[in-house]
Amino acid sequence: MSAQIVTITSGKGGVGKTTAIASLGIALAGRGQRVVCIDGDIGLRNLDVIMGLENRIVYDIVDVVEGRCRLRQAMIRDKRLPELFLIPAAQTRDKTALSPSDMMRLCDELRDICDWVLIDSPAGIERGFKNSIAAADQVIVLTNPEISAVRDADRVIGILEAEEKGSPSLILNRVNQEMVNKQEMLSPEDVLDLLAIDLIGVVPEDQAVLVAANRGTPIALDKDSRAGQAFRNIAARLMGEEVPFMDLENQGGLWNRISKMTGRRG
Amino acid sequence: MNTNTDLIQIKGLRDGLLVTLGAGEWGELQNMLFAQIDERSSFFQGARLALDLGDQNLRVAEMSKLRDELSERDISLWAVVSDSPKTVQTAQLLGLATRISKHRIDSSPRKINDDVDSDQAALWLPRTLRSGTRIEHHGHVIVMGDVNPGAEIIAEGSVIIWGRLRGSVHAGATPRRDGSQQNEAAFVCALEMKPTRLQIASEIATMPKGKNVKGPLKISLKDNQFLIEPWHEK
Repeated sequence: MSAQIVTITSGKGGVGKTTAIASLGIALAGRGQRVVCIDGDIGLRNLDVIMGLENRIVYDIVDVVEGRCRLRQAMIRDKRLPELFLIPAAQTRDKTALSPSDMMRLCDELRDICDWVLIDSPAGIERGFKNSIAAADQVIVLTNPEISAVRDADRVIGILEAEEKGSPSLILNRVNQEMVNKQEMLSPEDVLDLLAIDLIGVVPEDQAVLVAANRGTPIALDKDSRAGQAFRNIAARLMGEEVPFMDLENQGGLWNRISKMTGRRG
Repeated sequence: MNTNTDLIQIKGLRDGLLVTLGAGEWGELQNMLFAQIDERSSFFQGARLALDLGDQNLRVAEMSKLRDELSERDISLWAVVSDSPKTVQTAQLLGLATRISKHRIDSSPRKINDDVDSDQAALWLPRTLRSGTRIEHHGHVIVMGDVNPGAEIIAEGSVIIWGRLRGSVHAGATPRRDGSQQNEAAFVCALEMKPTRLQIASEIATMPKGKNVKGPLKISLKDNQFLIEPWHEK
């Protein structure tokens, strides 16, 4: 095995990186891939909560790096999917507990034992961000259709280009087609126009995402959720399949309003 | 004979030190530099350092490591001068100055070069300038690509953008602190003009938000007023 190492980053916080990592992990593992998710947000860990694994943490990534445990001991196996693992962040330390070369060593070790390593980058462009992109073969920039988030994404893309990490791909998260139609929100075209990188997924806004995160059952497990479907599509694209982009238009309009009137979730 | 002192020259400038590195393998040069610094640590401590790297090609990772290691020794790297466009670009991405006036400590009066246009090569940037990029240049700047919101260009000459301008531009910027060298003949051209901020010499333009400014435009100064006209060859 030689794993593909993918980092998701955004610059701005709160745009949905952790949710995306958890969902892509679930979606890839659901396709029979062996996946290790790494929480790179040392000091502010929450990937474990979103994945519903917080009460099973014994060792974390800093323990591995500082030699207090073996790599395998820090890998928490998911309850639902036996091929999905999490390496949690340390909550009581900060970003300086890890260096980019620590991350490279760790990922080199992981390369031989899984198909995918997904790294959740912290917000910002400082040490934690540098750590999380150090080992990446491929970087995905995630953003929301908001001007501030897009500007931060632009900055991050500039840094990735300068670091010669190759051109990243883009996930546009939380798109509300109804608002786009009313010109109250940037459209995917507006965002792509500015960032000018390859699009790998558009995820519609979906209240079920928040509920799922609180329950620790990532949205990709929800067969009825459109956001979940969008993440499953991204996983398929990561594996090299050609999947057409979801039609956001259809359910954003009339049908949605009818189902809302009749009390069903759109 | 290649001793340390041949490869590393140190000069005092009015506002700091200028260290010029000779040709050689980067790792070795760096070691020599740090050896020199550690030997004379009291001399270097707290210094503002400008580095002349000759034609050395440095990537962002290498330069930011250098800056970090210098700052651990209480030395602040503020400028990098180089003949290599790659290194200059790297320095700009890290927000370092890329030009210094080496003549500041000369006692002879400097030959005043009023005309920016005559002999300064324009800075050629065949890429999109993303948020966080700051370009400073003593002549004209030509961008083949967009200037995104959050990017900044400060040029003593004119700025020509073959793309969309959505960031900030200051053309005809002051090369001297006293403002004696404003270049009011400078202009700004872009295929689409939607700057966050636009300044020519000391005049600042505010672009009316939402107003439809379509098509290539040229903005210049005439009697301290902005003149906006379609950008085409006459």
